[in-house]
Amino acid sequence: MGEVQEGEWLGLTPPDNQMESEVTLVPAGDLAVSIEFESVLSPEVNARVRALDHLLLKAKLPGVLETVPTFRSLLVYYDPLVIAWDHLTAFIQTLIPHARPERIPPGRRVEVPCSYGGRHGPDLEAAAERLHLDPDALIRLHTGAELVVAFLGFTPGLPYLMGLPTALNLPRLTTPRTKIPAGSVGIAGNQGVIYSVESPGGFWILGQTPLALYDPQAAEPILLRPGDRLRFVPIAAESFQAMRRAVVAGTYHPLIEEPPERPA
Amino acid sequence: MSTITVVEPGLLTTVQDLGRIGALRYGIPPSGPLDRDAFILANRLVGNPDTAAGLECTLTGPALEFHGEAIVAMTGADVPVIVNGAEVPTWTALRVKPGDFLKLGAARTGCRAYLALSGGINVPPVLGSRATYLRGRLGGFGGRPLQKGDRLPTGSPPRPLAELEGRRVRPEWVPVHSATIECRVILGPQADRFPPEGIRIFLESTYRVTPAADRMGYRLAGPPIPHRHGYDILSDGIPLGGVQVVGDGQPIILLVDRQSTGGYTKIATVLSVDIPRIAQAKPDHFIRFREVSVAEGHAVLRAHRAWIDGAIERDTA
Repeated sequence: MGEVQEGEWLGLTPPDNQMESEVTLVPAGDLAVSIEFESVLSPEVNARVRALDHLLLKAKLPGVLETVPTFRSLLVYYDPLVIAWDHLTAFIQTLIPHARPERIPPGRRVEVPCSYGGRHGPDLEAAAERLHLDPDALIRLHTGAELVVAFLGFTPGLPYLMGLPTALNLPRLTTPRTKIPAGSVGIAGNQGVIYSVESPGGFWILGQTPLALYDPQAAEPILLRPGDRLRFVPIAAESFQAMRRAVVAGTYHPLIEEPPERPA
Repeated sequence: MSTITVVEPGLLTTVQDLGRIGALRYGIPPSGPLDRDAFILANRLVGNPDTAAGLECTLTGPALEFHGEAIVAMTGADVPVIVNGAEVPTWTALRVKPGDFLKLGAARTGCRAYLALSGGINVPPVLGSRATYLRGRLGGFGGRPLQKGDRLPTGSPPRPLAELEGRRVRPEWVPVHSATIECRVILGPQADRFPPEGIRIFLESTYRVTPAADRMGYRLAGPPIPHRHGYDILSDGIPLGGVQVVGDGQPIILLVDRQSTGGYTKIATVLSVDIPRIAQAKPDHFIRFREVSVAEGHAVLRAHRAWIDGAIERDTA
């Protein structure tokens, strides 16, 4: 087992130099390594992260404990006494050229009901004005897009969504809110989020979904997964309470469509 | 199988096991004991697998009444432990019987004490673990700290109690909790976002633990660390021990209940073997950081695991 010399962690390259220059492996302490793709907010880069995640999990490498995909990085937690640094990083290097969007199994299709504006979407009007759009046009742009769950993070089950039309690009709120209700649907910085628990935050709140992104009491506490393809479906504000009661009672089942089985 | 009644809950007492693995990708941190070494040794003293659930007791511990026979052990912070009115040793396997009353007092040194019981605390696992994630109201006993009147179910002892009674951690190996600790770190993942001066300040300064120190993270106060090009990053995963530095230049060490991902620069990551020292640090204690390489970190980990494996005195025939 070779020893890693100090400083060598700065961008490990395999001997034949076929590594793509924009992917680096950086230690994150002694029990994790971060695989970093190009530092841009891009659905294609995120898809490469999720593809690498898929390939690594499929390989079931002993010593790999869990992985956390994010926008442009994959954090891999490992046990160094089961798999040595050199072996883990060499193995990951062999996967990187194959980490292409086509490799990811198609995600589930999820429909998320959303009550826009009014008390559910306190920033809808202001966002529309800022974007020089009619509020109805903004809603149409938001519901017309198929969004991808780039990853879950920040709070349990909170999705970071990509694929919003650029016409909806807004900077984060200059004054973040201290208390955003769970289920609030926000946009900022070319990303979308759905807050999963009451949180502080800087996203513009367009509406609210009665769905539970996170329910610690449920048999399956987390609703979404990285890679889910999501569409917002507008509902009337008057329907919200009844739908929320049904969600809490366990009688409302959101539309979540598994992809068709691919031939092996 | 039996139960324990919580007579007094203590300041912050939670059911923990080694942690919830595989849920970080869903935004759920592993939780588990902040002082993993003390927790594992308590479990081994009572004959449990490392993964059995026990109690993490913060500063002032609980008072418990036992309804069954069991072996118990307390480790971690230096707390006075009273059973039926008499002080008993810690880091030692002790027998309790039905009706026994055990009280953990206020920690003299250290911050977190651990109580293990033969057979473990038998609450239902959630997402594969009995650890409590407080912010998420998930797992453990109802997703919350223990309260007066709670009845904790306990499992069956895995080994005959007579075999376990009296075993102890080698006295010379019981950790001493000091007011200044050194944390070894591996630089990064965003070390390149700090100028050399920033790295130097981080590694040469002494930082004070502020009152904002808990299972999620320890906020420190001290010489501010400058950035290169600001402190925002595209959100990435936060490892255990990740040291985040934002606009005020103050380090925050992220721990077992941390957010899974975050959008701020991390200058370094504390070695896993030094997290237990942080677990025992209190406000107004001091932390210094020392850089090590990945290779050195792994060598330290290997040696540490061997140390844990040898920590309990063998019974003499």
